[in-house]
Amino acid sequence: MTHNQNRSAIIRFAIVVFALILISKLFYLQVLSDKYAEKSARLSIRAVIEFPDRGLITDRNGEIIVFNEDAHDLVVHFPFNKKEFEMDDFCRLVKMTPEEVTEKLKTARASRFNQKGLFIKNISTQDFARIQEGLFKFPQFSMEARSDRKYKHNIAAHTLGYVAEISRYELERDDEEYYDIGENIGKSGLERYYESLLRGAKGKQLYLKDNTGKLKEHYNDGADDTKATVGTELKVSLDVLIQEYGEKLIAGKTGSIVAIEPATGEILAMVTSPGYKPDMFAIKNLGKNYSKLATHPDKPLINRATTSMYPPGSTFKVVMSLIGLQEGAITPNTRYSCNGGFHIGGLTVRCHAHAPRPNVTYAIQTSCNAFYCNTYREILHQDRFENIEEGYNNWKSYLNRMGLGNKLGTDISGEKAGNVPNANYFHKIHGQNKWNYVRIISMSIGQGELLLTPMQMANISAMVANRGYFYTPHFIRSDNVPEAFTTKHEVGIDNQHFTTVVDGMRNVLTNGTGAYVQIPGIDICGKTGTVQNPHGENHSIFIAFAPKDNPKIAIATVVENAGYGSTWAAPICTLMIEKYINRDTVSQRPELEKKMMETEIPKK
Amino acid sequence: MSEKIYGQSRVDGITVLLYLLLVFCGFLAIYSSSHGSDNFSFDFSTKYGKQIIWIAISITLGAVLFLMDVRFFEAFSYTFFIAWMLLLFLVIFFGKEVNGARSWFAIGSFRLQPAEFAKLGVALALSRYVSDIDTDMKSLRYQLITAGIILLPIALIVLQGDAGSGLVFFSFIMVLYREGLSGSILVIGIIAVILSVLTFAFGFIAMIAALIILGGIITAFIYTNTRQLKIFWLVILACIGFTKAVDFGFSNVLQEHQQKRILVMLGLLEDPQGLGYNVNQSKIAIGSGGFWGKGYLQGTQTKGDFVPEQHTDFIFTSIGEEFGWVGSTVVIIIFVLLFLRISMLAERQRSKYSRVYAYCVLSVLFFHFLINIAMTINLAPVIGIPLPFFSYGGSSLISFTVLLFLLLRLDTNRENELDSDY
Repeated sequence: MTHNQNRSAIIRFAIVVFALILISKLFYLQVLSDKYAEKSARLSIRAVIEFPDRGLITDRNGEIIVFNEDAHDLVVHFPFNKKEFEMDDFCRLVKMTPEEVTEKLKTARASRFNQKGLFIKNISTQDFARIQEGLFKFPQFSMEARSDRKYKHNIAAHTLGYVAEISRYELERDDEEYYDIGENIGKSGLERYYESLLRGAKGKQLYLKDNTGKLKEHYNDGADDTKATVGTELKVSLDVLIQEYGEKLIAGKTGSIVAIEPATGEILAMVTSPGYKPDMFAIKNLGKNYSKLATHPDKPLINRATTSMYPPGSTFKVVMSLIGLQEGAITPNTRYSCNGGFHIGGLTVRCHAHAPRPNVTYAIQTSCNAFYCNTYREILHQDRFENIEEGYNNWKSYLNRMGLGNKLGTDISGEKAGNVPNANYFHKIHGQNKWNYVRIISMSIGQGELLLTPMQMANISAMVANRGYFYTPHFIRSDNVPEAFTTKHEVGIDNQHFTTVVDGMRNVLTNGTGAYVQIPGIDICGKTGTVQNPHGENHSIFIAFAPKDNPKIAIATVVENAGYGSTWAAPICTLMIEKYINRDTVSQRPELEKKMMETEIPKK
Repeated sequence: MSEKIYGQSRVDGITVLLYLLLVFCGFLAIYSSSHGSDNFSFDFSTKYGKQIIWIAISITLGAVLFLMDVRFFEAFSYTFFIAWMLLLFLVIFFGKEVNGARSWFAIGSFRLQPAEFAKLGVALALSRYVSDIDTDMKSLRYQLITAGIILLPIALIVLQGDAGSGLVFFSFIMVLYREGLSGSILVIGIIAVILSVLTFAFGFIAMIAALIILGGIITAFIYTNTRQLKIFWLVILACIGFTKAVDFGFSNVLQEHQQKRILVMLGLLEDPQGLGYNVNQSKIAIGSGGFWGKGYLQGTQTKGDFVPEQHTDFIFTSIGEEFGWVGSTVVIIIFVLLFLRISMLAERQRSKYSRVYAYCVLSVLFFHFLINIAMTINLAPVIGIPLPFFSYGGSSLISFTVLLFLLLRLDTNRENELDSDY
């Protein structure tokens, strides 16, 4: 019997061994492996997302520019249980064929890890009521409410930017994992830059669901649920009045207007033309408009105010005057003769008719080229410089401090830096230090390699208006303005030199190149520019600020292919100034206003 | 213990305690998987309500056994056996078809599965036959009759279309092993299982080729004498014959869904939507339980009815999900304690009949326990057999209870037995 009693021990041993095998496998499944917990959550928990209203955007006077309207998406939840799905009923509900539904389901499930997909985006109001009513039979579908943008003032499209479905690329870069596929995100302009403020915070309610997809009670008694937080209202510096006005003035022309409040760096208006109306890019309209505008030959999507670069032309003489005075290269009393231009060797920089020996004030007033050719020589070839590189870099450093040749760093993206070449650039062309001011003479009158964006031109105007400093131009005006926009940038030019230069700019309007656009009662200071354009007609440029004392507005306007600065850019600038300061509904110069608004200048 | 009632020992309290513990845990799991809503209402028309009734009936029947003369069962062992075999046979013709198997008698709303009770009949008959003083375990006749007692119900149940329940009867090999069946039969059994699995995996032709090549290699390298070689090649030939039989049986006897289940279980067929669906859902429910579980009535998979047949064959998933690894392990430990206790009870019987019967109980319970839990975690194919004392259903609970309590009844009478075999 001992033999068989051993067998009983063997049987007991075997029972324990098999039990241990079960316990080990359970340990692997339950404790060591995470994948079942993940699968379980995916199968049995549905997150119902509550989308908060996006923050409003209001102008500097509290006027609402952008608000929201309700929009609805029909979403489908995965895994999709085909067994319980009544295809025919569903087809009737959404008015599709079974093939379309199958196809849509396939597209909605972009990846097998997706828990939900977009089935119909932006359901119209009448469809919404109908579908919503019949949807209870299809627990795997649900409506998601989210808001679309609506525009009380249909202006400033490029500045405001637009909101649209997040792209795959943006999803991949979403490190906080805030967004889900099919959700919306600010794509450009302020909508993009201040996305994290505007979007608020999504709310999330976790529900248990059963094997048919029907929702049951709150998961974990709602302990993990969160409430949605409405997006922050974005107060921006735009003035709806002049933004709208500027868009009318420049309509039919190619170019841009940038107006800045000098004391703060706040952008009052940023106009670019040709443009589009922001509601064309509301989510419901985006599909039909985007590709049309993106491929339009006039490139209406480009924000010329920050991304187009132009030689500043004669407006740059303001900068040259300031550097010359600061460097001691010239004094307010320095005079250079101008005999119809500047002549050296075989080179002539032509000039137009004016009194023969201008000083700096008069040179600004009459836009004398010869004066600045001479001034440039004096700035670059001072005795203390060992070679041209030192002189050039000294000059260039003034430009850089004024925000030229670098991005200003405003709060809409895509801004260009303009172009202020390095000395190396000329070394390469002419040989190491084997060049002098004559080789680069065109830059002294704002031509040649020098390129600025309209915003940089407006910023020069603001800097002069402030007599020597500026704030980075920006739009945000909310309570917590980022430090980058409240830092004063001194440009390194003494206050007294501005008196001389500002007098010259004032004279431009009283009896200089811009005399015919002056407005009684407002002391505007300005400078015209007519930029030679090798590709076609000259660009018309004007920079200005007003009033002369305690300036309220600094502005730059570029009108492409429009000819003289005084004929197009200057009237537009001064009309803008008039509107901003007087805020009258009727201009004192209705004829000029009418001409600006109604003339179309085709791009050549 | 020594107190006598009519010359009887006391009922083994430990076994009763373990039994009640398992039934209680089982009820908790059934309640969880079938209570539907969140409020703790109670309703006898629900699954858990009915289970209460089954529990009451089972315990009553268990108690009634103690009022009966213990010799009654031994005397009527064969009668029981024949009666249940008859029922198994009749159900093939008069049964109600459920899930492709004709294994239920339906009288009104009341349903009875004779296969569940047949285990008791076979256990009694086997105990009676094996313990019979005339039975010579060495003789072929003895072996054939023993095999017949086990194989007859298997054949009848397979004919009902419920091969899974039929497999249970193979567990009686454990009894025969304890009573002296040669260990080499077990070895042959294991080899047979390995050969079967390989045949499913690689097919009949490949298996023949492999066996012949293997034989050739062994013949070439381990050349001994001609007689041994002959025997060796006879074994190879037997293997080939067996392989052919398995192949034939697999494709002709087993139904298509059973073939698939086996292939899915062996990892030879991927099918998470179809047959693998149950196991996949079962693994998700158990696996998501984690170390401590999600808490009683908090199982997301259980609440959402994700596991098909959760209250019956997959009841363990509810334990796994809501009580985690700790709870699962505790349940397994309770089962193991019960098994060890039964084995102890078996060894203390003076009557061979009682001992054999005890091992019959042990082998049936252990097989159900092992295969049921193993199938929920994908260690065994999905064959529809219940987890003893846990799974919802009157037939299984009553039959397991009677099976166990009869052992307790025999155990109370152990002092009155004098067995010639000792």
